[in-house]
Amino acid sequence: MATEYASSGEYIKHHLQNLTYGQHADGTWGFAHGAAEAKAMGFWAINVDSMAFAIGLGVLFLFLFRVAAKKATAGVPSGLQNFVEWIVEFIDGSVRGSFSHQNALVAPLALTVFMWVFLMNLMDLFPVDWLPFVASMSGLPHLKVVPSTDPNVTFGMSLSIFFLVLFYSVKMKGAGGFFSELAFQPFPKFLFPVNLLLEGVGLIAKPISLALRLFGNMYAGEMIFILIALMFGGSWVLAVFGGALQWAWAVFHILIITLQAFIFMTLTIVYLDMAHAEHH
Amino acid sequence: MNFNATLIGQSITFIFFVWFCMKFVWPPIMNALETRKKQIADGLAAADRGKHELELAAKKAGDNMRDAKAQAAEVIAQAEKRAAQIIEEAKMAAKEEGDRQLAAAQANIAQETNRARESLREQVAGLAVAGAEKILRREVNAQTHADLLGQLKAEL
Repeated sequence: MATEYASSGEYIKHHLQNLTYGQHADGTWGFAHGAAEAKAMGFWAINVDSMAFAIGLGVLFLFLFRVAAKKATAGVPSGLQNFVEWIVEFIDGSVRGSFSHQNALVAPLALTVFMWVFLMNLMDLFPVDWLPFVASMSGLPHLKVVPSTDPNVTFGMSLSIFFLVLFYSVKMKGAGGFFSELAFQPFPKFLFPVNLLLEGVGLIAKPISLALRLFGNMYAGEMIFILIALMFGGSWVLAVFGGALQWAWAVFHILIITLQAFIFMTLTIVYLDMAHAEHH
Repeated sequence: MNFNATLIGQSITFIFFVWFCMKFVWPPIMNALETRKKQIADGLAAADRGKHELELAAKKAGDNMRDAKAQAAEVIAQAEKRAAQIIEEAKMAAKEEGDRQLAAAQANIAQETNRARESLREQVAGLAVAGAEKILRREVNAQTHADLLGQLKAEL
């Protein structure tokens, strides 16, 4: 497939570019062709592919679970209900294990985070060229099918969670309590600038690490799929070897995508638990 | 890695999804799970109760059986006693009856004897009279008298 492109570098670049819709430099609106154009659009542009896949997968998740929830009975569960209950009980167990306060938001939040991130990561298992090929047939210049390889998506979630953390920190401890938690420890009070710096960095690091961990893992995984896909442009020996490699990496990736979804969910719960906890 | 409005779009979508999940997905499923948990707990408790009741019933049945056996034994003992008593009574009654019949028979015999003696006496008297008549008709001598009297004597 790489033969369609001038070089492997261009192939990789093409695959790593989102389908960005925004205002061109000349004032017209449309899709960006290439990274430079996308960058020139500035902040008020939108990655249509990320949003479309993210919303599509989120709706798929909510639809499936809503169908199961509507039919949920205390009797013998059907196949879908059984599956949904299995996940819900798993999430509920995780929340009970890590979150020691009363908050009706946390468990549904954790479920949404886990399922949504998992489904977005799952898109990584599609062979990297299939959907972009279909897209190019229909005239779209770029298509990135894995929303979690778009930092906008991961930061969108981690920042929302960060605001929840701030909200509950202030709500549970009061503004003064939250400030004293940041300023008066771990060192004695007179060293409060040092404390503030340390705790401030720790606080800011939470959403950034949360988003970057998921983004980095998925981006790296995607990159390896792309590199493997480059082999299909070589001799048939290379192509067969590439096929085997792709299969092996995909199997390994099943572990990674589940693990990353789980880590994202668990850290969300832990951060919210810390926001609720009184520091002593 | 360039940030754009996707960040905001993703945040809004995320918040909406979480809200939807919290409102329409989580509660019904948890509700069903809790209800089932409760039903199972109730079922287990009922089973326990049933087992306990069974034990109690078995114990009660055993008690009843023992009581019944004791009662039966008592009834049998009483019946045996009663039977012995009846036999004893019957024996007594039979003996009394026998005695009575014996007495009656003896009285009868005595009566018959008396009657026989009475009739014998009458016959003796008749004979005596008849003898006397014969003696008187013939007017015989002492010898003859003596003969007659001797005859009479022999007859008596």
